[in-house]
Amino acid sequence: MKGKKKFHFSSLYLILVLLLMYLPVVMVVIYSFNASKSDAVWGGFTLAWYGKMFQNRSLMDALRNSLLLAVASCAVSAVIGTIGAVGIVQGDFKAKGIIENGAMLPIMVPEIILGMVFLAFFSLLRLPFGMLTLIIAHTTFCVPYIFIVVKGRLAGLDRSIGEAARDLGATEMRMFFDITLPLIAPAVASGTLLAFAMSLDDVVISFFVTGAQTNTLPIKIYSQIKLGVSPEINALCTVMLLCTFLLICLSGWIGRGRKKRNPIKEETNL
Amino acid sequence: MKRRSKAWILVAPLYLVTIVLVFLPLIYIVALSFLKKDVLWGVTNEWTLGNYRQMLDPVYLKTFVDSLKLAFATTVITTLLGYPFGYFMAKLPPRWRNLCMLLVVVPFWTNALIRIYGWMILLRAKGVLNTALMALGILSQPMKILYTYSAVLIGMVYSLLPFMILPVYNSVEKMDWSLVEASRDLGATAIEAFFTVTLKLTLPGVLSGFVLVFVPSIGLFFISDLLGGGKIMLVGNLIKNQLLQARDWPFGAALSVVMMLLTLLIILLYRKITGAKDLEGFF
Amino acid sequence: MSENILELKQIRKSFGDTEVLKGISLCIHKGEFITFLGSSGCGKTTTLRIIAGLETPDSGSVILGGQDVTTLEPNKRDVNTIFQNYALFPHMNVFSNIAYSLRLRRVPKAEIRRRVEEMLSLVQLEGFGKRMPNELSGGQRQRVAIARAVINNPSVLLLDEPLGALDLQLRRQMQQELKKLQKKLGITFLYITHDQEEAINMSDRIVVMNEGRFEQIGAPAQIYDRPKTSFVAGFIGTANLFQGKVVSIEDGMAVIQTGEDRVCAAVENGMRIGEPVTFAVRSENVLVTKDPHPNFRLPATVSENSFVGGMLRLGFTLSDGRTIISSKHGIRTHITLGQPVYLCWEPGNAVFVDRGGADEAQE
Repeated sequence: MKGKKKFHFSSLYLILVLLLMYLPVVMVVIYSFNASKSDAVWGGFTLAWYGKMFQNRSLMDALRNSLLLAVASCAVSAVIGTIGAVGIVQGDFKAKGIIENGAMLPIMVPEIILGMVFLAFFSLLRLPFGMLTLIIAHTTFCVPYIFIVVKGRLAGLDRSIGEAARDLGATEMRMFFDITLPLIAPAVASGTLLAFAMSLDDVVISFFVTGAQTNTLPIKIYSQIKLGVSPEINALCTVMLLCTFLLICLSGWIGRGRKKRNPIKEETNL
Repeated sequence: MKRRSKAWILVAPLYLVTIVLVFLPLIYIVALSFLKKDVLWGVTNEWTLGNYRQMLDPVYLKTFVDSLKLAFATTVITTLLGYPFGYFMAKLPPRWRNLCMLLVVVPFWTNALIRIYGWMILLRAKGVLNTALMALGILSQPMKILYTYSAVLIGMVYSLLPFMILPVYNSVEKMDWSLVEASRDLGATAIEAFFTVTLKLTLPGVLSGFVLVFVPSIGLFFISDLLGGGKIMLVGNLIKNQLLQARDWPFGAALSVVMMLLTLLIILLYRKITGAKDLEGFF
Repeated sequence: MSENILELKQIRKSFGDTEVLKGISLCIHKGEFITFLGSSGCGKTTTLRIIAGLETPDSGSVILGGQDVTTLEPNKRDVNTIFQNYALFPHMNVFSNIAYSLRLRRVPKAEIRRRVEEMLSLVQLEGFGKRMPNELSGGQRQRVAIARAVINNPSVLLLDEPLGALDLQLRRQMQQELKKLQKKLGITFLYITHDQEEAINMSDRIVVMNEGRFEQIGAPAQIYDRPKTSFVAGFIGTANLFQGKVVSIEDGMAVIQTGEDRVCAAVENGMRIGEPVTFAVRSENVLVTKDPHPNFRLPATVSENSFVGGMLRLGFTLSDGRTIISSKHGIRTHITLGQPVYLCWEPGNAVFVDRGGADEAQE
């Protein structure tokens, strides 16, 4: 009897907190259908903002920039982070500990410091602020996400699987592509996805390193919120929310399928 | 004698990025923080401790204290809200647990600004919350929440809550429940067992949550900008203003150095207490 | 002696401050089944990894088929390994696992198919080609690992405790199969185990390892009956070790004073009166009598009586408090706990150990 009551309380608590978490998100979705331009009043239901969203050049530019930035910096950091983790786990290098800790710094220190540091450093180097500086900065903080996820996966991987490939005649290169990469692929994917989300969402660092000409979506949203939001942004965010949700469901579904066919953990922990 | 491994090719880019894009800029910032600001803008070649002395100015000192207070309040509230959440979540049956996990993570993947904007819609004087409360007859006239300290606090807690939930969840989930049963068997009440066993064993998760909440909460300038209406000044806002408006880079650098040291101190403290190398449960 | 396929010369290896291999040397003959026996941490796995090329020694050399391969990469060596936990590629099916090395060598597809099928039937896994490793039982994984390693006909097959993960019954069966397989293929097997029974059952020669050194190399019977060192005597079977001094030698028999007691042993070459000696007596060779022999006085009291592994195990306490173990077949005994008795043995069953110096003089 007591246990049952407790269960009810805990479920109630979970549901309440989740509701609170989703409340502001729901607000945005509702107001994307608001016919009134002001977010203070409800002016009836409309889908107009979804159409207007595509005609808003600066908004579409910002979206394009953000996607380009996220794809570019994630692609670069996926390579650097993945091979870096493989190398670090495999070999013994000078200053390995310092580099490992140093590589993690960008996600350990508050974002604003990273932004400030890049702003000062890029001015020192006289780099033109814009897409280039954005990609450099984002790559720097995307690498650690991928690095740490891949490293974690490698730590759970039986070393002798790779050694078996070497023993059977594979060069180091073949071993990497035939064995290591397929086995860490899920980790690379989830690390990259995480980095992608972080890059797409970043305001603070981008705020400091972007140029006057280049807007990313979060920066655009930031300045819009300060000036008064146009509901097109609500519409765009609703669309992005939907995409995110689908993406997460998809990756969860793929992950589950993979797990069913191939529970690597069980295999290697024998 | 030794066969040379080719693995260094793999780590070379990582070394390059870490040295050129992390260490060099950090060294530059530290150097910058000891330089004197030029009259208009830019820096002179004179070394000075003035930037650090400037922080002792009561105005700036207050900003520091305010930021730390807010960060502390945020950490306490997220812990109080997040611990039960992580705990209950870990005790759900697996199917519900995965769903719950998904639901916690999804908002985390949506734009942070947009979620803050959602709060602005909610908290406005004529916003959803006030309208609802007045319609229910709880309030007779709109309550001012937006652009106050409470609004900033709500925004902070809201944005950082998942960073407390996930590590707590992880540490509760991998806990050995037979230890709780053992303590109950030895005569502890459920509450005694919780405080003497469960809480102690999940402490690494909580501490990890402390770090993951406290550290970013010092720097999230956009939350106080948007929800505080620019009236609440935090270190993050101060740095931003020094860089972009006052153009006093050396002072901004000095502020960053102090904040960085503070962060490192917190992380070192965490490692010292828990003996763990990485923050628990976030990756 | 037959042709040497593999030769280790003065191999040393340290990890950090610990020296794992302290200069080991060995010749392995073509087609032999040689086992490295030792407890965990004795350096046997490191030795194997050095032969496979997964580690490089700090000094010394590895000669494989007449060629120095000390620093050659593992993929260029004509040896293959069966890893402790099989190390099957979890993302490839059985067929691809076995075919992996052939594919690396760009063997034509039809030939790969033929040879893999051949291997599958050799290890009695016909029709399992499409299975994934995690769909197999422990024994089946073991067989896949074997097939994968021998498909290339390596000149030496290295086996790192391959049966460690299997239960006792399966272990016994696999021991037989491995032995048969080795006979059939004629490949040199270098086998690692910490299980003395396994080593004795399967090997042509056993190398007993301890703390990075070879304690003794020899045929199983030789290792069992004539242990050279106290470590070997203690590690294999149950042996009682005695220390003492030779007091007299007559008719090929040495009388040895050990503590307050006197015992006999068959004399060995170069043994002198007054020489301090250590010798071992296997528990099954310890006899129990009621009356002492003039030159053989070893009084004891019965202190333990238990049934272990199909043998009756009797423990005796000597006058100075040491314990001696005796074992015999069957469960019946006339001895009761606390009873005073005398212990003895055939002089030939006492084996002198740790006489390194004397041995060298002999050779």
